[in-house]
This record gives sequence, C-alpha cells and structure tokens, in this order.
Amino acid sequence: MGQRGIKDQVAIVGMGCTKFGEHWDRSVDDMVIEAAHAAYDSAGIVQDDVDAFWVGTLGSGTSGLTISKPLKIDYKPVTRVENMCASGSEALRNAAYAVASGAFDVVMAIGVEKLKDNGMSGLTGSPLPDDGTKTELSAPASFSFLAPAYAKKYGLSEDQMKDVLTRIAWKNHYNGARNPRAQFQKEVSQDKIRNAPLIAGQLGVFDCSGVSDGSAAAIMCRAEDAHKYTDNPLYVKALSFTSGPGAGPIDSDYDYSTFTEVERCATDAYAQAGVTDPRKEIAMAEVHDCFTPTELVLMEDLGFAERGTAWQEVMDGTFDLDGELPVNPDGGLKSFGHPIGASGLRMLFECWLQLRGEAPEDRRITSLTNERKLAMTHNLGGRPGECVSFASIVGAELG
Amino acid sequence: MTRGIIGYGAYVPYHRLKRSAIADALGSGGGKGTRAVASYDEDATSMAAEAARKMHQSSQLPTPATITFSSATPPYLDKTNANAIHAVLDYPSDVLAVDMVGSGRSVHGAIQAALHDSRVAAVTVGEVRTGRPASGDEATLGDAGAALMIGSDSDGPVLAEWIGGASATGEFLDRWRQPGWNYSRVWEERFGEAAYLPLVTEAVNTAFKNTEVSAADVDLAIITGLHSRAVRVAPSAAGLSAVPAAPDLISSIGNCGSAHNLVSLCNALDTASAGQVLMLVNLSDGCDVTLFRTTDAIDSYKSSSPVATQIEAGNDNLPYSMFLTWRGYLDREPPRRPDPIPPAAPPTLRSVPWKYSLKASRDRSSGAVHMPPMRVSLKGGAVDDMELISMANTPATVATYTIDRLAYSPSPPTIGIVIDFDGGGRFTSELTDASPDEVEIGMRVQMTFRRFLTADGVHNYFWKAIPIRD
Repeated sequence: MGQRGIKDQVAIVGMGCTKFGEHWDRSVDDMVIEAAHAAYDSAGIVQDDVDAFWVGTLGSGTSGLTISKPLKIDYKPVTRVENMCASGSEALRNAAYAVASGAFDVVMAIGVEKLKDNGMSGLTGSPLPDDGTKTELSAPASFSFLAPAYAKKYGLSEDQMKDVLTRIAWKNHYNGARNPRAQFQKEVSQDKIRNAPLIAGQLGVFDCSGVSDGSAAAIMCRAEDAHKYTDNPLYVKALSFTSGPGAGPIDSDYDYSTFTEVERCATDAYAQAGVTDPRKEIAMAEVHDCFTPTELVLMEDLGFAERGTAWQEVMDGTFDLDGELPVNPDGGLKSFGHPIGASGLRMLFECWLQLRGEAPEDRRITSLTNERKLAMTHNLGGRPGECVSFASIVGAELG
Repeated sequence: MTRGIIGYGAYVPYHRLKRSAIADALGSGGGKGTRAVASYDEDATSMAAEAARKMHQSSQLPTPATITFSSATPPYLDKTNANAIHAVLDYPSDVLAVDMVGSGRSVHGAIQAALHDSRVAAVTVGEVRTGRPASGDEATLGDAGAALMIGSDSDGPVLAEWIGGASATGEFLDRWRQPGWNYSRVWEERFGEAAYLPLVTEAVNTAFKNTEVSAADVDLAIITGLHSRAVRVAPSAAGLSAVPAAPDLISSIGNCGSAHNLVSLCNALDTASAGQVLMLVNLSDGCDVTLFRTTDAIDSYKSSSPVATQIEAGNDNLPYSMFLTWRGYLDREPPRRPDPIPPAAPPTLRSVPWKYSLKASRDRSSGAVHMPPMRVSLKGGAVDDMELISMANTPATVATYTIDRLAYSPSPPTIGIVIDFDGGGRFTSELTDASPDEVEIGMRVQMTFRRFLTADGVHNYFWKAIPIRD
C-alpha cells in the first residue's frame, strides 16, 4: 500500500474546545473565535503565528471566509473541507499533511457546526435535485438497520440487544456527567434509557447522539519544533481515511453487522502507527457513537473485540471509564453532543486531555501503562454500507 | 376477424374502511360493509398502472399501438397521466399514450375507440373516490383500477369477442364537480332516475337490435353507474329483469366510479366459461351498452390476481381518522422536519427506466445486479458493460429493517427495509400495505408502483415493496 503515513512527523501543541450544546446565545462566529483563541492560548501563540488554516464544517459555512472573516485572519491560506460527519477530522488530516510536507511551520485545524438554528428535529440535509427515487430514511433509521442484523447474526434476542444498546448509552451518559463541556451532563438510569420513546427501530431517544452546536481546534507544527510550544505535545502516529464504492445498499454480500470502510481504515491506521494488537496497545478511543449500535459494531471493526463478542464485552464493562479499554471517556457523540464539523477535533481534544493527564480526576482513564499508551479517534460520515471513515492514533511519546 | 378482449386485469387496493367506523366517529353517515381505500401512497394513475401490470402478468400480450388512461379523479391536468403508465409498462415511444379523463363516461369512450380501431389498444382506468365526511359518497364509493387489452385474433387469443353495442346520450344535470373540489354535488335523486331510465332503455334496445341478441341470450348483465337508484331499477325498466345480474361488489369495495364497470367485468371474466354473453351497461351522463361473448380461450386463461382474491385479501383495520388524513380532510400537524421536495425534471428524465419500470443494470461479465442502474461494476469494475433488466416482477427477501418514526411521511411510521432480490440485486425500500409488527428478517416481498408524495404539485412516483401474503 502506498499510504505510508507520517508517524511522529507532526505534533499537536495546542487545543481548544467550546462547550457543546444548544447555544441559542452564540453564533458560528462566536464559537470559532472561542475555540481558535483557546487553541492559540493553549499553544502560547498568537493568530499571526499560524501560517495556514483548515476549517471543517458540513453546512455552517462555505469557503475559508467561514473563519477568516470572524477571526480577521491576515490574508493567509484558509481551506474549507467537508466530508460529512468526519469534516473536523478531515481538517486535521489535511492540516497535518501540510506541516509534514514542509510547506508550513504552524497550522490550525478547526471544526465548527451550528445545528440548532434551523428549528428542526434531528439532523437535516440540503438534498441536491434528484429523481425522487431515494428511500428517505432518517439518520437513526439508517443506523438502526445494524441492530436486527447484528442480533440475528450472533443469536441475540431483541431484549438482549436492547440491553446492550442501553448499556452503551448508559456508559456514555455516565462519562458525560463528568465532563463540564458535554451537552448532557447527567447520568441516566438504564431503566429510563430502555423505556424511552422509540425514534427508529429499537433506538429510543437515548440511543441517539445529541444535536448540538460547538467548535474545536488544534494547533500543529513539525515534531522537532513541538517543545517550542509545549512540554507535553501529542505526536501524530496515524491518520487514515477511506471512502469506498458505497457497496452496502446495493450488494447482498453486505450484512449490516459491520462497516467495511471502518475495518479498512483501522487496518491502515494500525499499520501506519505500528500497532499490532489494538486491544492491548490502545489506552483509550473516542469513536463515532452517533447511535448506540454504531458503537457496538465499531468495537469489532476497530479490532477491540473479536467478531460477535463486542456485545458481551459491552455488558462486561470492558469499554467503561474504568475498564480495560475506555471508549468515549468524554461522553462521546451521545452525551458530549454532535456538532458535525466539530466532532472529529472534539475527539482529539479528549485524547489531548487524557494523555497529558489534564482530564478531570473523576473521569481520568486508568488504562495507561507502558505497553498501552496510545489514544485513538474514529470518526465516520454517511450510513452503514456507504460511509466515509477516519481514524487517527496519537501518543505522548515519540517512537 | 374476431375482435375483443385479449387481456384484462383489475387492482383493488389493500385497505378497507368499515362503513360503521364513519357513524362511530360522526354519529351519522356510514352503513354496512366496507369500502376499498387507496392507500396514502396511491392514486388513480398508480392503481391503473398496477391493474395493467397484473394484466401483463397473466398472459403474453402484444405491445399495443395506443394506451389510454381514464379517470374522473386524474392526478394531473395539463400533463398526460397515461405517460407514467406507459413508462411503468416499458412500452416503446411509438405507442400513443392519451388521457381520456374528467367524467365517469370517459373510459367508455376509450373502450369504444379501442373496439372500433383495428390495432391493439390498452385501456386503463383508475379512481380515488371520496365525499365529504358523513356523506353518502364517502361511505358508498370506493377506489380501484382496471385495465383491458383490446385486439383481434391475429394479436392473440381473444377471450371475449365484441359482438356490438349501443349508446344513448342526453344532456341533464345529475352529478358534477368543479376542478379542485374534493367532493361531488348531485341533483335530487328522483330527477336523475327519470333522466337516466329512458336512455338506458334506448341503449339496451338498440344494442339488442344491432347485435341480434336478445335478453334471453345474455348470461350476465354488469350494470354500473354512480346513480345507484337508476342502476337498481334499470333492469326492470330495460326489460332485463330475467337476466342474471353480476354481483355489484358494493358491500365489500364500494362503487369505484368509472373503474367499477371494468372491475366488475374482470371479476366476471375470472369465472366465466366459453360461450357466455356478457352485457356491460354503464350509466354515466347517458348509457353505454357493450356486448361480449366469451370464447374457448377463456377456459384456459388464468388471471394472475383474480378480483375475488384481491377483495378477500383486504384489511379493514383502517381507522376512520387515518382515512380522513389520507384523503386530505384532516389537516394534521406535520413533523418538525423539512418539507418534502419534488423530484427535479432533468434527473427524472435521465432515470425513467429505473424510476418507472424498475430497471436495474446487470454486469455482463460478473452478473452483478446494480440498483439503481450503474455504469461501473461493483464486482470486477467493468465499465459500460451492462444490460438493463426489469426487477418489477421479481420477488425479494428482507435482509434487515427499521421502523422510522422520524422521517416525513403522510402516514407514519415509515417501514424501511433492505431487500435482496431473487437472482441478485439489493435495494433499500419502503414497505407499504403492512404494519410495523409484521416485518422481520427473511420476510418475502414484491414490488408495487406508488406515489411517494406530492410537492409543488409534482407527484413523485416510484416503487415500494409489499408483503407477499399467502
């Protein structure tokens, strides 16, 4: 494979992240200014120190002007990227490559989304003119296809499946309750999650991520320059992205119990980072838990659990905050909220806090050891069978 | 040369409204029995298309020279509704598609034109009949579609030979409706009766005279019309009292307007044997009488979907409130979601084989089936080595499913299914004419042509799946 990666060439030296939630009092501009300046402050720099910018957003702005106008950027390159729900990760990836290429010394990747200004329930798109033949299912409905398919394949009853999904939502609410930036900072009982009104298939309201406003940003430079800015940089070990033929909806071989794009993306990321046993080497992962069955399936696609066993690992607490491999310690999309373009960088922000020991004590992971010291983010856009997938691996040490 | 009916098909929608449900809700109206109800995703065009599909599924028929669509409830004005049916049936572009719509009599004009032609002609009809809540029309009318293929023995086996007929016309005010009204007005019933009966008598007598057939020769009289009182007394007025009358189907599906005459004819043909004389009498702004004699071919003909079977298969669980919602009498709060958008004309033109006749593309080298049709193969990557194949009559199996309570639908929740077609091909579809608790992995389904929604006055037609119920 010609995808060689840029392991240890680029460092993350500053990050900022707004609180996520229903920001009736804040505009896209307000959130961009808050996240960008928090990132500058974190790296100990001023805006003019940044040589180039990347902004990821699905629909909260077009072109580099989305951030250059509110931030008053001084005539520098600003690139706006979009890759559905992975737009923030895409900003990070492209900005990191620009540093690795040697073209720029210091760059910023920022993601932003304002979803709560349109007055609608759930996520809405801006469909292109078409022939009217697409079956118009909502996002939760598309992801709920995973639940009966997974349950049938591995012999779970409907009730068992509901228990598994419920426990994932419960865990992410538990983690979010310990995160002052999260949209939902309350623990929710499994009973309440289980009995919530249904949205699609087996998914109730608590199985769905929060529709949210927010922004997050990262400052990056070459690895050798990292200590000019911080004593505790994170180093990029892997950045992987896959977009495929969208085969699932048209290929009967696809069984809705996996994301082929994620499996391929994870394999590539592990190869770039030199990870051979993710279950033993990854200390924490922020994954794209847009809906609870997504997180379940991702545990297998990312190699954290053997096929057909993730549901049992979920029930055993393997991915809990104090578990063997904590997943979504910041609450995930579920309770941190999902402002589309910001989510990928929000995931990285949690790795930033946890690997630097800056996470609040009550949600600090305990899984870090000498053998297990890497953090992973996984971000996807689209729907089962036809999605784009991003994975990154970062670590606090070189090598 | 023998000329007559060489193919036929009827479509009775799945839903029934119990007439008692009307009185239960409103304290008046209703009555006994049920009426057929077009689902929220059906209209006169889609039901005529389904009837024509059933007709084609029953036997090998030639491609007609013309296809007509008739209805008193046509979905479009200005735009020809018959073109959608022409596209569903995948007829070539040299087939003339024409609407003969507006009044209940239009379909009989279409039948007369087809019989007097020398070429093969498809005649289709569809009706979605309604009336204001608690009205007689609301309770007694019904929804259905029907299709006939008219041709000569050189075109295929004639099932029922046309032996002649007659018409009588008179100008009088019985039933009327302005474009845009969702109900009809009628004059005093006894006046209509008085106006109709002389015309019925005249048409029947002239038909007998023209054909040298007498009432004693007729095996079955199919007498229909929206003026039920005139229909009821017509046999005695026209000297047909001794002629066996076809079941009127009104207690089960209602009076399906201009489609009713043909649905009843299809029902009669389903059980007819060779050598029977069928007399078709329709009262609509006059009277049209058409006589057919079944041939030996009827004995070996088997309908793919007999009318009686479709009537039997009806589901009468439809709440009256849902019926009112579907027909637009209840303006319910929509979900907090974007308004649906209409299909755009250029992409629709590009996808006619897919959108209307459900054509997939099959890779000649790998055999992989692509829905919608694609140019580059999913298996092996061959470019532009595809053939179009029709999936419209291919059964499929549910691979996974969901009940979507968030998506916009005039009748939530939406049942989303991923289906695998027998012989290859996968598609994400909507399951209709089904309840959420019926769906499961492994369920068998078949495709049906539906109207998904109407936005900006554009009707969006495409295909959905329905359960195959044994």
